[in-house]
Amino acid sequence: MTEKHYVPKTDFEYTKADFTSDQIVKWCPGCGDHAILSALLNAFPKTHTKLENVCMVSGIGCSSRIPYYVNTYGFHGIHGRACAIATGVKLANPHLSVWVNMGDGDSMAIGGNHLIHAVRRNQDLNITIFNNEIYGLTKGQYSPTTKFGQVTKTSPYGTIDYPFIPGELVMGAQGTFFARTLDCVPQLTTDVMTRAAEHDGTSVVEVLQNCVIFNDKTHAAITDRAVRDDRTIVLEHGKPMIFGKEKNRGIRFNGRSLEAVTIGENGVTIDDIMVHYEDTEDAGIHMMLARMGGDLPVALGVIRNVKKVSYTQLFENQMEEQQANGKYKCVDDLLNSGDTWEV
Amino acid sequence: MSQNQIVNKDDLVIRFAGDSGDGMQLSGTLFSDASALQGNDIATFPDYPAEIRAPHNTIAGVSGFQVHVGSHIYSSGDKCDILVAMNPAAFKSQLKWAKKGATVIVDIDTFTDEAMEKAGYTENPFTDELEVAYTIVRAPITSFTQRIGTEQGVDKKAADKSRNMFALGIIFYLTHKSLDKTYAYLERKFAKKPEVVALNKAVLTEGYEYADKLELIHSKIVEVATANAMPKGRYRNITGNVATAWGLLAAAERSGLTLFLGSYPITPATDVMVELAKHKSLGARVFQAEDEIAGICSAIGASYAGALACTSTSGPGLSLKSEALGLAVMTELPIVVVDVQRGGPSTGLPTKTEQSDLNQALYGRNGEAPLVVVAASSSANCFYWAYMAAKLALEHMTPVVLLTDGYLGNGSQLFRIPKVADLPSITPRFAKPNDPNYRPFRRDPETFAREWAIPGMEGLRHRVGGLEKCPDGPLSTDPENHALMTYNRQEKVNRVANDIPNQKVTGDPDADLLVVGWGGTAGALTLAVEEMNNEGKKVAYTHFNYICPLPKNTGEVLRKYKKIVVCELNNGQFAGYLRTQFPECPMHQYNKVMGLPFEVSELKDEFNKILGE
Repeated sequence: MTEKHYVPKTDFEYTKADFTSDQIVKWCPGCGDHAILSALLNAFPKTHTKLENVCMVSGIGCSSRIPYYVNTYGFHGIHGRACAIATGVKLANPHLSVWVNMGDGDSMAIGGNHLIHAVRRNQDLNITIFNNEIYGLTKGQYSPTTKFGQVTKTSPYGTIDYPFIPGELVMGAQGTFFARTLDCVPQLTTDVMTRAAEHDGTSVVEVLQNCVIFNDKTHAAITDRAVRDDRTIVLEHGKPMIFGKEKNRGIRFNGRSLEAVTIGENGVTIDDIMVHYEDTEDAGIHMMLARMGGDLPVALGVIRNVKKVSYTQLFENQMEEQQANGKYKCVDDLLNSGDTWEV
Repeated sequence: MSQNQIVNKDDLVIRFAGDSGDGMQLSGTLFSDASALQGNDIATFPDYPAEIRAPHNTIAGVSGFQVHVGSHIYSSGDKCDILVAMNPAAFKSQLKWAKKGATVIVDIDTFTDEAMEKAGYTENPFTDELEVAYTIVRAPITSFTQRIGTEQGVDKKAADKSRNMFALGIIFYLTHKSLDKTYAYLERKFAKKPEVVALNKAVLTEGYEYADKLELIHSKIVEVATANAMPKGRYRNITGNVATAWGLLAAAERSGLTLFLGSYPITPATDVMVELAKHKSLGARVFQAEDEIAGICSAIGASYAGALACTSTSGPGLSLKSEALGLAVMTELPIVVVDVQRGGPSTGLPTKTEQSDLNQALYGRNGEAPLVVVAASSSANCFYWAYMAAKLALEHMTPVVLLTDGYLGNGSQLFRIPKVADLPSITPRFAKPNDPNYRPFRRDPETFAREWAIPGMEGLRHRVGGLEKCPDGPLSTDPENHALMTYNRQEKVNRVANDIPNQKVTGDPDADLLVVGWGGTAGALTLAVEEMNNEGKKVAYTHFNYICPLPKNTGEVLRKYKKIVVCELNNGQFAGYLRTQFPECPMHQYNKVMGLPFEVSELKDEFNKILGE
């Protein structure tokens, strides 16, 4: 099978301004979405894709307004269905670079079914999940990622729903690309989005995003400047998993689970620290990394990026093969096939 | 051939009935194919349970297939002239579909105490009364089939799979037909299993000879008239679902577009997807979605990207697609939604036919959400109406719902094969790349259709979505704008009426009664009116395929008649729809909600009653 990336590249050097639409951005001041949009607009020129070949697809929610703010083709869909709409766009024209933007409720509650099936198929889609752990546009109800026990408008006594970890869901659905970033680290966001676009298959980027109105500081425990270096780790392929202000902390596998250790303490050396391989086929370690939190730093960067023939590729291969070798060359052939007779 | 008397008949109805695994659908299909090839006009109607294999020998597991053959066939016929009943349950449940005096062939070997008890018989089913009313032929189908199996080294259980061929052999004899066509089919179908070919051919022949030489000596052989009124041309047999699939393929080819179908399996619509999935060589891009919603949403995405996009479903699936249909209305994108109606509400009667999704198709969305609705009226013309649904969608930039039903979809009919080049032209309304005046909701002044700019086209980048927009494209919550856009969307659908022909009336021009039908009931209604006209009754008939909008002369047609009866397989949805538009026209209703098609006899009874009032 000859591998193809169906989205053509252009030599034209676009700038962020080319991808910026003339519409007034209507998110709340201080919303994390502004930074994500900016990071995305910075990523587009790096993908070397023609403006006309980019199609943004979204569902419903604050983040789903994004197609209006990007100067490409765009489709603002209905609640939960962005993946399904995007699947149709890409199937009709594999040469388009198709981006899907959803919030946590859009992607994992009402649209959960579409998300897992899109990921399972591994069609060449670039999915971004804006995860603010709340329903913002409907003004503050708990979402599938809201922290257990949190008081919201619809959980006045605290939620009793166990939250999803998006990375776990993606890998459980045999995802081939998963990355995580923060709204407040735009450079990393641009980097992982560029990597996501390069990935031939479904990529999912989770952006931990702050809803300044209805769930302010929900990620503060890891995003605050004072703690960020100690509570997050940016994973890099082929490099040891080192983090911390002093760059002396690392992740070790103790035979049972992952643990955070300090190099130089208790006999721990750099050789004890795990090296990150984003391309390990077995998702076991990636799943553990995606689950980190609490005592362990939250993993950022590209956590998983494996090669698996995409649905786009398989679909186009079948089309090409049948069109070259199929029995019928036109509909008249089909209509006159089998038993027919003259009256 | 024996010296049995040969009787000529204009038409004949045969019903094959047996357990779900008895191969009755195949027997019926083979018989109808052979008849068609030998010059008969035909129509078929499979009547099968929702369960794949309900408990053996129970009434719930009875599967039937009715074939109507003759010179000029409109429907699959009311009651049958010959009934094949492969077990007591089939005999018990299907005898009501046999005409008085019908020949009833039973597999007498299956009438064991246990099987009769399972069918609910407490005593001998062959009462004197039945023996008088019907010609009951007790054929030893199982034992003869097993004997041939033994001769060929096949065990009883395996041989039993060929029992349907024995029954088919008897029917071929009784209808004076050649076995050659079926031999050829068996050789083709089981090319890799010569032992299966040998067994089936032997059993088929044995059934034929059994009827010829022995027990059926007193039965009449019926020579059914061959078709005489069919226009010249090349013909084939086709089911409604396959015809629908082919109509969509033809529309894609004629319009120069890629065909996309996003669907989820649902009875009785699945075969549309199954058929299109075969035709990648013709460019059909078929996507089996994770659910009904993804089916239509993928179609909407594909439409945005420039494909002739379709989704196929049945009632419950259409319910799930409602919100997305509204999105297609709002984004003014062309999609074709095929609804092969079944008995409802909810899961209802999945394998039975009904016309009760009309209201859902017309009104089943939030907001003011008009769209085009058309309905096919025969298995064969599903091809044409699928084609027309696509044409209207593409030329008017609107979602179109095509209503067919289980009766049309699974039933089959002769189809005069058209040339794709002879079909009406289809002109998609593409915008011109780099047109500086392009606006997403700029409209054609005649049709009110917007232009179609698709991703990849230079200079036409724009955004669409479910939120209200202003004509230039951006979002708008302006009250006047919403009123304007609502008006425009409605007017666009209304103006489709400019492109559709006037409603025609057949039958007696000075009729006292106008019979009104729509969709899949045309066969029985046509025949009922024709027979009444032949009997001198003053009845006229008009049948609707364009449902929304209606043909422009509809009011004129309705106002001409003193009495009107609207006949449909629901509680009066089309009648209600007509009354809202033509309140000046009093209308009778004739409704049937039994999961079954109309019978000609019941229609005539009703029409006579209304004439007499």
